[in-house]
Amino acid sequence: MTLDFFALTLLIPLLSGILLSFAGERHWAPHLNIIASAATFLSAAGLTAEIIDQGPRFAFGEQFFIDSMNVFFVTLTAFVGMTTAIFSDPYMKNDRSHGKLTPARLRLYKSMYQLFMCTMLVALTTNNLGILWVAMEAATLTTVLLVSLYRSPASLEAAWKYFILCGVGIAQALFGTILLYFAAERILGESGTALLWSHLVEVKGQLDPTIMALAFIFLLVGYGTKVGLAPMHNWLPDAHAEGPTPVSAVLSGLLLNVALYAILRCKVLADGALHTDFAGNLMMGFGIFTLLAAAFFLGRQRDVKRMFAYSSIEHMGIITFAFGMGGPVASFAGFLHMTMHSLVKSAIFFAVGHAAQKCGTQIMEDIRGLKRINPLIGWGLMLGTLAILGMPPFGVFASEFMILTHAMKFHPWATPFLLLGLGVAFASILAKVQPMVFGESEAKPLPHAPAITPVFVHLGLALMMGLWIPPYLSRWFLEAARMLG
Amino acid sequence: MSQAVPLYAQLINLLAAVILLLGFAMLAQRRVIQLIDLFALQGFALFLSTLVVAVKTGQHHLFYSAGLTLVLKVILLPWILHRLVRKLHIKGEVEGLINIPTTTLIGLGLVIIAFNVATPISQLSSTITRGTLGIALATVMLAFLMMITRKKAITQVVGFLAMENGLFLAATSATYGMPMVVELGIALDVLVGMVILGVFFFQIRDQFDSLDIHHMEQLKE
Repeated sequence: MTLDFFALTLLIPLLSGILLSFAGERHWAPHLNIIASAATFLSAAGLTAEIIDQGPRFAFGEQFFIDSMNVFFVTLTAFVGMTTAIFSDPYMKNDRSHGKLTPARLRLYKSMYQLFMCTMLVALTTNNLGILWVAMEAATLTTVLLVSLYRSPASLEAAWKYFILCGVGIAQALFGTILLYFAAERILGESGTALLWSHLVEVKGQLDPTIMALAFIFLLVGYGTKVGLAPMHNWLPDAHAEGPTPVSAVLSGLLLNVALYAILRCKVLADGALHTDFAGNLMMGFGIFTLLAAAFFLGRQRDVKRMFAYSSIEHMGIITFAFGMGGPVASFAGFLHMTMHSLVKSAIFFAVGHAAQKCGTQIMEDIRGLKRINPLIGWGLMLGTLAILGMPPFGVFASEFMILTHAMKFHPWATPFLLLGLGVAFASILAKVQPMVFGESEAKPLPHAPAITPVFVHLGLALMMGLWIPPYLSRWFLEAARMLG
Repeated sequence: MSQAVPLYAQLINLLAAVILLLGFAMLAQRRVIQLIDLFALQGFALFLSTLVVAVKTGQHHLFYSAGLTLVLKVILLPWILHRLVRKLHIKGEVEGLINIPTTTLIGLGLVIIAFNVATPISQLSSTITRGTLGIALATVMLAFLMMITRKKAITQVVGFLAMENGLFLAATSATYGMPMVVELGIALDVLVGMVILGVFFFQIRDQFDSLDIHHMEQLKE
């Protein structure tokens, strides 16, 4: 086995995570975090080029499987991982000079950050549904201590809730996986291949429908807890609001995607076995309910990171609904929306993080006049908010428009709910963000200049995808959407 | 059933019943130390039942997973838990949100639901242990109930681990266990999770001077 792009993509975060845990206060440690993330992204890009060129491939026997669907998530994960690492460098230094963090905790943060990236990449690329579960649980474990990094009472409570709720959720997913294995073993035998997705998908028509229906319910509820689907979403706003902002950005922009990816892989199998829309209907129901629940909680928030966490829940609801509708168009829109949400939401968290640091608070009423303090942060937050609310010409508009028109055509009952949810969310968020950006303030400058570039790189990409999706990217989305059936 | 049930099947069913009974005992137990002992006992019953299945079917990897159960759930995890209890000076009774008789009654209802859900599936199974799938699901649900109704952080963790026991029983009873690599991964996750929780307990105690999660009620909505 020669060292290839795939092996590099997994090994770089793993090794640098271990290295960083020993690095301590060395002056090169923050640079290593950024360099490792950039190297991961480069090798992920190399892997993508390879997959586009040569089609799906296996790695390490059949244990890993990379196709057009997951390579897209791998690139996105590595990209946001890189920009978040760039953003987090000045952010964490500022936190340190404010006395919120000690060197030991900074070391923990950097090391766990890389290991977290590694677990997500393993979850995305593994062919084994059991390993997928293991990696998802490992992703929770690596982030629990990051959520409680500040050691404040609220952050400890958030981390505890995160651990217990996601632990319970993921236990349901394990039961679902056991049922899936049980259904598969009757056909594929006990050769150990019965949990390999590439084998399962070939025999999906023969899997027992009764078992598969039950397995999918457990898997949806289990992984859905991590996606943040209502009513299992309780951990999400707490973990996002109380953890450090870079962690909020990767939780929102990446972890939710990975959990949704796990559901999608299982849906393909459930659809094949059931020959009905059972799985899709279930996802549509959860999606709509999540959208509405989040939209109505949005208006009651006072903490800016909490509010945007609810906005993430709302968008996850929309995406789940889109994939629930199924078909190439809706799935295409779902993938596009996932990409847009990752980019825009992490950009917003970057801007919010700096803003909260400048004003020394996360309470929205106390954050005023961002445009005056730092025009770039102010405009970054305003544009990001407009983008996430689905204003043209940003990419979120394109995907939401596609989802809405598709829903009107095939599931007209859902249209009023979708419009209501989107409308309420629009009004609540805009009304709160506007006074934060405009208005008066006399906050002091920060000791370390914030990294603004990632915010505008993300927003620029979202703008570009709203106006023009590069042909290779749309081909890639289409191929992934076709795989979902 | 009119024909005689073979001895090994009787043994497996008996052990499964013991596991379920221990699940109820944990639900009703007020003291932390005894709760941990009950958890270790449940792990031991799980080990025995896995061993019986392993001997009967001759599946190699089941021997390994039985060994893993013995080391992890009977020795290592209870040891860590006992250490934590000693170091953190957790004493006295575990306060429940609902009183014990009510909890037990709810648990009874859950068992009935679990059996109803599991029956159609276990009929499709060809393993010698298929009857125990319902018990496994019931164990998971009882542990879940324990997590919901208890206020102390450490009882929630024991509930979490008991849930893992139930899932493990489900895996052995429906399919003779998951592939080895997956089982190792799950064991690793549980162990790492336990270590992280240990760290976490100290953080909670330092911050709140108590391990009662009642104090953690700031975050709402």
